[in-house]
Amino acid sequence: MSLSLPGADAPARFTAAEWRRAVLLAALAAMLAVPLLNLLPEGSALRTSDFLVGLAGKWTCYAILALAIDLAWGYAGLLSLGHGAFFALGGYAMGMHLMRLIGPRGVYGHPVLPDFMVFLGWTELPWYWWGFGSFPFAMLMALLVPGLLAGIVGWLSFRSRITGVYFSILTQAMTYALMLAFFRNDMGFGGNNGFTDFKELLGMPLSARGTRVALCVASVLALAGSYWLCARMTATKFGRVLIAVRDAESRVRFLGYSPTAVKLLVFVLSGMLAGLAGALYVPQVGIINPGEFAPGASIEAVVWVAVGGRGTLFGAALGAISVNAVKTWLTSFAPDLWLFALGGLFVAVTLFLPRGLVGLVRRAPQ
Amino acid sequence: MSAPTARDQGLYLDGVSVIFDGFRALNNLSLIVAPGEMRAIIGPNGAGKTTMMDVITGKTRPTAGTVRFRDRDLTRMDEAAIANLGIGRKFQKPTVFDALTVFENLELALKAPRDPVSCLRWVLGGAGRERIEAVLGEIGLEARAGDRARVLSHGQKQWLEIGMLLMQEPDLLLVDEPVAGMTDAETAQTAAMLCRIAETRAVVVVEHDLEFVRALGRKVTVLHEGSVLAEGPIEQVQEDSRVIEVYLGR
Repeated sequence: MSLSLPGADAPARFTAAEWRRAVLLAALAAMLAVPLLNLLPEGSALRTSDFLVGLAGKWTCYAILALAIDLAWGYAGLLSLGHGAFFALGGYAMGMHLMRLIGPRGVYGHPVLPDFMVFLGWTELPWYWWGFGSFPFAMLMALLVPGLLAGIVGWLSFRSRITGVYFSILTQAMTYALMLAFFRNDMGFGGNNGFTDFKELLGMPLSARGTRVALCVASVLALAGSYWLCARMTATKFGRVLIAVRDAESRVRFLGYSPTAVKLLVFVLSGMLAGLAGALYVPQVGIINPGEFAPGASIEAVVWVAVGGRGTLFGAALGAISVNAVKTWLTSFAPDLWLFALGGLFVAVTLFLPRGLVGLVRRAPQ
Repeated sequence: MSAPTARDQGLYLDGVSVIFDGFRALNNLSLIVAPGEMRAIIGPNGAGKTTMMDVITGKTRPTAGTVRFRDRDLTRMDEAAIANLGIGRKFQKPTVFDALTVFENLELALKAPRDPVSCLRWVLGGAGRERIEAVLGEIGLEARAGDRARVLSHGQKQWLEIGMLLMQEPDLLLVDEPVAGMTDAETAQTAAMLCRIAETRAVVVVEHDLEFVRALGRKVTVLHEGSVLAEGPIEQVQEDSRVIEVYLGR
């Protein structure tokens, strides 16, 4: 398979693998350029706007989430309609760290407790907030908590051979249940307001341009690393077993593989990747609240992957960025139309572009 | 009533009965397949051919009787353990992995650790590659190694599935209606292929197609109402008046 760019039909000067590498490097360079060009002096023609850097950072996090969904859905056939929950849990872990860093600068000026706890009349930090003052611990939790949840939900489902639409409904219920739980004030996660008013991260003020550029660059590098990890993993025999499980699970079992173990591993990794995306997202948008658990958010993320091209990592990332670009553009003048546009997009892609945007530039298989 | 080698090494069924809700799917069935033997099993619909396969592979437990292979009691083992003991079964409908290449399909079937972490670290060695290439030769798909299985013809998919079973190096291969839906040319090729495979292992073929069974040219067992009606070379069996009555004469 190769990209049908101009000249691709002429005697091949580049192999398909070289084309792919070139496209990936160009994409990485373009994505790094957006935040880095923001550092140019104001008034420079090449300077990117603060607004664009903010958007790019967000979209990059969405692209990591899309990779996570594609790994589970595109490769292993696990259509999760609850990946927003893993994303949100990663975000909450980072949010807890950011809340702890506010310290005495909160409205109530309490040296330890976040404002919402003072407001609720709490006198000491709940045990599950311990350790979140440390950045490495918070990052670890941003990966481990979503991974643990994915492990529990996955183990219970796969062991009982819950597949297909039943698994999708289960994951949708999971994120809905978490949303209701996080809305409760006595959960200790700020209720419906969630966390906001963050001040700093790793000693850098979040409002500073340098910090925002650094966060955006970190997100792009995290996306590149996640892409590399997923590409390496799906290229092994494990990746081929995933595809085999997706297409004929009982045959895989008959060959002596355990589909339960295979699906569990990929679902846990996918959950952790979504958690990483959430952890990078929160300091850039400056807020996390239970709305991130909304079932619709998870479904929207699945649409990104479908639009880009499921089963291709590049398609997943491309879908996340392009759908969000359209969303930003459309909601700037007709916000009420967005849900209709999203639904229409999903129907149109299913009917006319079953292989997604990536299917447009890839040659049909011989 | 049994040759000692078959009892010790081959497949040995004695007095096997399977009763589903009062219906005798197998009725006191006795059958011996020696190591390295090739046997064709024929019979009308409902004669118990598939139930017999199910009993041998552990999918169905017999109500009564003995089922042994290499002197191990198969009635006490589950499907995976029986497969690991060296009994491979090819189902009627071919299920190969369409999105993977012919080579990758065979690679998945190659004997190797099956846990996810081993799969992540798996590197195909020279011995494995040779084994896959040998099987590609046996099933006549050398030229298609790099093609995705979805572009294969129905007959080629059947061969690929047989190849995946061969990768697991079974001592006994059970093949259920291998030529259903095949062209005449593919049927002839399949007969030759199975004869070649039977040179190194026992093969039991269940089939409706009498031309195919004739092409195999081996001992035939006729099942009827869950037990053996006749046994012998195809020419002799076809002359048997009881066989003509229940099966061939319809």
